[in-house]
Parts: sequence; C-alpha cells; structure tokens
Amino acid sequence: MKSETHIRLDHGEGGAASHRLITTLFLDHFGGQQVMEDATVVPGSRRLALTTDSFVVKPLEFPGGDIGKLAICGTVNDLAMMGAIPRYITAGFILEEGLPIDVLRRIVRTMAQTARSADVTIVAGDTKVVGKGEVDQIFINTAGVGFVPEGVDLSVGNCKSGDVILVSGGIGEHGIAVMVAREGFGISGDLRSDCAPLASLARTLVELVPSVKAMRDVTRGGLATVMVEISQSSKVGIELDESAIPVRKPVKAACGLLGLDPLYVACEGRLVAIVPESDAGQALEVLRSHPDGKDSAQIGKVVAGSQGVYLATLSGGHRPLIMLEGSQLPRIC
Amino acid sequence: MCLAMPGKIVAIAESVATVEFGGVTRAISLDLLPEACVGNYVLAHAGFALQVIEEEEAGEILAIFAEMERLDSVESTC
Amino acid sequence: MSQTIEQLYHRIEELTPNRINLMEVCGTHTVAISRLGIRSRLPHKLRLLSGPGCPVCVSPAGYIDSLIEIALQPGTTLTTFGDLLRVPGSVRSLKQAVASGAKVKVLYSPLEALEFARQNSGVEVVFAAVGFETTLPTIAATIIQAEQSGIVNLSFLMAGRLAVPAMSALLQTNDVRIDGFICPGHVSVVTGSDAFKTIVERFAVPCAITGFEAVDILSSIISLLEMKNNSEASVVNNYLRAVKPGGNLIARQLMEQVFDVVDSEWRGIGVIPASGVKLKAAYSRFDAEAKFGISIEKQLSHPVGCSCGEVMRGLLLPDECPLFGNACEPSSPVGPCMVSTEGACAAYYNYGQSGRI
Repeated sequence: MKSETHIRLDHGEGGAASHRLITTLFLDHFGGQQVMEDATVVPGSRRLALTTDSFVVKPLEFPGGDIGKLAICGTVNDLAMMGAIPRYITAGFILEEGLPIDVLRRIVRTMAQTARSADVTIVAGDTKVVGKGEVDQIFINTAGVGFVPEGVDLSVGNCKSGDVILVSGGIGEHGIAVMVAREGFGISGDLRSDCAPLASLARTLVELVPSVKAMRDVTRGGLATVMVEISQSSKVGIELDESAIPVRKPVKAACGLLGLDPLYVACEGRLVAIVPESDAGQALEVLRSHPDGKDSAQIGKVVAGSQGVYLATLSGGHRPLIMLEGSQLPRIC
Repeated sequence: MCLAMPGKIVAIAESVATVEFGGVTRAISLDLLPEACVGNYVLAHAGFALQVIEEEEAGEILAIFAEMERLDSVESTC
Repeated sequence: MSQTIEQLYHRIEELTPNRINLMEVCGTHTVAISRLGIRSRLPHKLRLLSGPGCPVCVSPAGYIDSLIEIALQPGTTLTTFGDLLRVPGSVRSLKQAVASGAKVKVLYSPLEALEFARQNSGVEVVFAAVGFETTLPTIAATIIQAEQSGIVNLSFLMAGRLAVPAMSALLQTNDVRIDGFICPGHVSVVTGSDAFKTIVERFAVPCAITGFEAVDILSSIISLLEMKNNSEASVVNNYLRAVKPGGNLIARQLMEQVFDVVDSEWRGIGVIPASGVKLKAAYSRFDAEAKFGISIEKQLSHPVGCSCGEVMRGLLLPDECPLFGNACEPSSPVGPCMVSTEGACAAYYNYGQSGRI
C-alpha cells in the first residue's frame, strides 16, 4: 500500500486491490483474525443490545474529533444508554474515488483508538468505492452489539413524576464546533466537539445507582430535542430550569454571535439520566466523580400532568420547548 | 432585525479590531466606529462595531451573563 | 437579579389598566420576548403585538424568487444571512432550491461575501442585502470597501427597509390602536433615539427605546404604561448603554453615500413612502438587479387565508390567525411569518404558544 495514495474504484471490487486495502490498512489498525469470515458469531446467551448508525459529517476532521471517532462513539453510546456493555462493532465504509488514502488512514486510526478506549472490538467491516462525486469523500456506517447485565432494565417508560433529570456536562459543544469548523464565520476560540464514549460513565452510574430509570445520549437536535423525545415516548411532563443547564462560555458566546439557541445545538458526548428523587444527590456525585462527568448538573424534573417540556427561563418566565422543524441556521435578526 | 453582541477590543490593525466576546474572538470592522480604541467595549453586528458601550454598563451585562453561567473555566472533556 | 425581575413583573401588574396594546417592531424583540417567556408573566389585558420588524417577512415573495433565479445561474454563488434560507418564495425556498443545484453560502457578515469574491474571482458573487438601519450601514461599508478594492465579481440584491417610516405608516393607516412602541434597540443605535421624536410629535404615541435582555424589555413596558396612564407621550431611552440621542453619525453618512431612499413594498402592508433604499447611480455596478437583468416581481396575491399582513400590522396575534398551528406550521408554512426565524408566528410556534408540543 505504500505506493498507493488515493482510493480507486478497484479498491471496492473484492479483488486483489480490495484485499490489499483490508489487510494493510484496516486490519493493521483494527487487528482481527475474525475479519475474513462472512459474519461473526458472538458467544453468550444473555440479553443482546443492537444498534446501527451512519455518519456523514462535514468537515471530516474538526476540533475534538473526526468522523471516525463519531462513528465509534455514536454506536457505543446508543448501546450504553440501554445499560448494555458495548462489545462488538462493525464498520462499513463508502469511499469516494480519489479520496487520499492518508485521510482514510487517519480516520481509521482514530476509530481504532476510540474503540480501544471504549473497550470494544471492531469485528466486521465492508468497503465500497463509488465514482467521484457520487459520495462526499467518506460515509461510515457502524453497527454495535452489547450485552445487558442481569437486573438492568432501563427505559424511559419507567419515568414517574418526581424523578430528577441530570445532564453529564456542558451542552452544545459538538454542533457549534463543527459548524464553525465547516463554515468559519471568522470565529475563533476554544470550541471543540465533546464527542466521547459514554460507556464507562453510564456503566458506573448504573452500578452505583441501580435505581436509575433511564439514560439517553444527547445528539442531533440538542438537549431540548431529547427532552421532547423522552416526554413524548414516556408520556410524562418535564420541567427544566434554564439557570441550571450548563453551557460553557465559548459555546454561549459563539451561539450568541450566530443567533443559535444552545438548547438545540448537538452534543456527542453527553448523557441525560433520570433517577428517583431520593437518589438524585448520590447520582450527581457519582457522575461528577467520573472524569467524563465532572460538570454534571441537575437540570430539572419529571412532573405530573400531561406530556410536554417546559423551561423556567433565566428571567422568571416560563415557556414550552418543542422540537424544531429542521436544524438551526445562523441569523442576523 | 438586530442581533448584536458586546465584546472587548483587544487589538486593532488598520481599521479592523480583534474583539473578545467572552470566550471566542472575531475580527470586527471599525469602518462605522473609527474612534474606537483598544480596551473599549463595543456592540458588534454583522462583523461591524456600531457603538462603544460604557465599560460600567458593559460590565453590568457581562456580570448578568456571568451570573447565568455555571462553567466559567471548564476544560472540554474530549 | 431575579429579585429585580420579579419586582418589574409586579410593577407591570400594578400599572396595567384596561386593555392596552403595545407593539414591538423588531424581529429580534419578537424572538427575545418569546424565548424569555415574558408573555407567560404579563397580565392578559396587556397585548404585546409584533409589528413588521422582520425584514425577511416584509420582503415580497418575488425577492426570494429572484434570489433563487440568481443562485441557479452557472458560475454564480448567492451569499446570504441564514434568516432567508427557509422563507418561501412563490414556489419554493432557497434551501429547497439548493437541491436543484442553487449555490448558496450562509454568512455572518457581508464582509465575508467580499472576501469570498476576492478569493474566487471566477465566481459571480451576489449578496442578499436585507435588513433595517442596523444592517444597512454594514452593507454600505462593504460596498465602499468593494469599490475601493476594484472588485468586479460582487453585487447586491437590495431589500433594505427603514423602521421609522413603517411605524408612521402603521399609525396613519391602521385600524388597530397602538398605545405605545417598544422601539428597536439596535436600529436606535444607528438612528439615535431622536429619530423617534417624529412618532411622538405627529401621533402622540409613547416610545421606549429598548434593549434585548429581560430587564430592558420589562423596564420599557413599565415606561410605556406609566406614560399611557399619565396621558404623556415622549421618547424614553431605556437602552442608554448603547443608544445616544444622535446615534451613529458615520453609519448614517455611509448609508447616505451609497443609498437613495425610495418608496418600497412591504409584504402584507403595501407601498410605504420613503421606506426602502436603492443603490445610488455611482454604485450601480454593484446592483444585482441591473447586473442580472432581473426585476423583482410585485406580489399580486397572497396565499388564501394567510393573515401575515394582519399579524404584521398588529391586527391579530399569531394564534388568532385561523391557519395557525393547523394548515400553517413550520413543516408546512403558508406565509413568511411562520418560516422566518424571527417571524411573529414562528416565534409563537417555536416557543410553544401553539398549544401543541
């Protein structure tokens, strides 16, 4: 592979070029004696959690991460939110003809590093190459498998009036970092994606506070959107306290310049946890003691009454939070 | 029709100020406010400074923001 | 601070007489009032109306159509503030047109359009020049810089609007009583608080120059209530930290250098004299209408049942429009007020006054 610098259509056709790409690039980083089979059979007869996600972020690389890190974290986190211990990941790549192999190598290296830090193994993969312009550089799909330990049964359906809502750190980091990395807008500052695996944080919480009702990772649409989703699927009401929601200063400033509401800006390394009121203090302590949760905060509670999310604003007002129709755009007004 | 943010001028070079907005910086044109100096707080809109804000007043707004903040000096966890 | 705010809300309760209508005329105020949850704390007798303060909402559908036409031309990129992207033209929005190949770039500052034109001399760059007196000086300054740089591949499709003439027009033609204006704080930074004296002198309607924090807005509501209760009318400046009586003279001089004031059509209201701007002859090479041979179509009809005009004139609150929340909502907007990020109906809906989640 040393002499090859760009992906060619050959690399996706299953012949010698394909085999070279797999053995000298993918396997070099992912390891894996199992990769050459059609599928991977995993041992065990416990409760299996499965998930899949696809990643198309632009730019490919941004402060705090890249598409590869996102691809691992996104799937790991979805499993971890169900209380599962993530174990195995598959990775499918759709590559654009002409993509520099160095770019691919960097992304694959990041995926391997992230997988190691999340204690998961990439056990299967696939690569397709399409003609120039048919895909934008690289798209990645990951699927994941995890095992849910006995006695762990997380579901937003468990939420009840009085339960407390916690978030594991400052919001809006990923979305604003990626937007500024992609568009510029002349803004510079400490804006970095919060993209991170949450498996360790989630597992710690579930082990030390077994009464935790549910966890969700905050992704596209931001904190407000995940709260609305929880409210709709569990049919509960939610009250949030704006003054308690952590937003880091540079995120707040960049959002202020662009007219964005941090409540709707994407995160990629934050979870919300819903715990009974009696265990809220302990849960917060557990989260804060973990390196990935040191800025955790209690931000609201589940309330009686009909479903819907309400925000007590900083200025003594009260308003409902809804899902936005699409993504937020920068504005001048 | 007018999102504008207060920020502090930390440097000026040829009618362009580097303005610090509490965590991020941006180049802001002084074409509309040529008399502004380093150290001034200005109101910035669409990449231009529109008005100098008295520091006391700016301090008030920023104190209001600070009161609302929870994470003044947080390192990213990434 | 929260104690101060509680005191302000209490004072408003005390001061509110029978039914009173206060109008804000700034899209940023529309959003701030909704986002801060202020309506939830005001007495029902106090109607907070949104006027035609959203520069995108008041531009005719034909403006969007012209932007799309430009963006679809080969070798051309349209640059714009994000606010315009989802506003419907007669057929579709700019965002939808991107799927058909329209080249659109969202910016924070018009200077980024100039920079983009500099770096891409082979591309014809057009900037969608919307905004009120806050934004128009920034566009004027950009045009002056472009002229000094000798840039030839940049032009502007003008849709600038002026706030004070619109406020006067509302008071002259209106069938709704406006008891006081919450005046746009950042327009005032440029025009100066003195610019609103004409409203007081001609119509005896109190004016309060207002910033964008909760304290600013509540203080102005109190000022207006006090003036109304005392049958007084004057211009009160509640945004002293940023607004001077004379405003920003240089900003206005640059506007005068680059623009002529003209009559302009406001969607839902009609033609308002001396309420818009066009490029002076000396800068005509920056005029996209001339460069592309485009003329912005006058809007002859409005979608059936759409009440954006009445909403913008203060005759209706958004949730009083029969289409609000059912036929007209962000996923299927009928009029611009529901789509523009600072349109009154969008603010009502997105900040949850639709009654639905």
